[in-house]
Amino acid sequence: MSRRTDHDEERIAELLRLLPPAPESWVAAAKQLPAARAAMDALVARAEADAELRSRVVAELDAALRAEGIEPQQRIVEALRRRLDA
Amino acid sequence: MGLPVPDAELVARCRSGDGQAWNELVDRFGRYVHAIASQGYGQRGADAEDVFQEVFARIYERLPTLREPEALRAWIGQTTRRCCIDRIRARSGELLMAEPEETPVETLGRLDDALDVREALARMSPECAEILDRFFCRDESYRAIGEELSLPAGTIASRISRCLRKLREIVGADVPAGKKQVTTTVS
Repeated sequence: MSRRTDHDEERIAELLRLLPPAPESWVAAAKQLPAARAAMDALVARAEADAELRSRVVAELDAALRAEGIEPQQRIVEALRRRLDA
Repeated sequence: MGLPVPDAELVARCRSGDGQAWNELVDRFGRYVHAIASQGYGQRGADAEDVFQEVFARIYERLPTLREPEALRAWIGQTTRRCCIDRIRARSGELLMAEPEETPVETLGRLDDALDVREALARMSPECAEILDRFFCRDESYRAIGEELSLPAGTIASRISRCLRKLREIVGADVPAGKKQVTTTVS
């Protein structure tokens, strides 16, 4: 094996080390985005058509999201609040 | 050896509402986003997580308007850098008169090179990709890898060496194609 080859392989190993995995929970939350957005859209549409439902959702954002099968992460709760406030 | 879906095709599939494609996009670029935030901009803990989630939220929202789907990677890099700078500004607690200190170009360049190697890794056999990922990226010991894969530690060392050699060949074969200099535009 030539020194050049060794050097190349060391460099590749070094580059591999630069990209460790992101924490699994972060990746899982990012993957949940499309489902969360779709469920939120449906919830907002229903709340806009039903004042009583809207009041319940605004009062209990976390519970409303959970009922839609969405983990109420802070970012999603804030997004829902903004949309209902608008 | 499998061929990963090209970025432009991945974008098209995401735009059509293919949830699996979105998962693949997050898997493909999650490490890159994390590395830019942590190694390029020193983001740690909750700040790093906020940047990570904000980047993917922006990507998801703006993917339909990405004009050059083949420039996905450059766009994600640019979006991550912007999110990091926004975060640094927000954390400063007051209006910054000057731009946050520019991250060394070499750091971001190295991360781009690392992503090239990562893409080459995705074209290897799953066995080679896994063993190299466990050893170099996840920092697992020969013993831990051996236990997980039911192989003697000595075999792990020789496989790492063989797989690394193969990976070098793939990376070397990619070099003539060169790296495209792309500019990203979002309408």
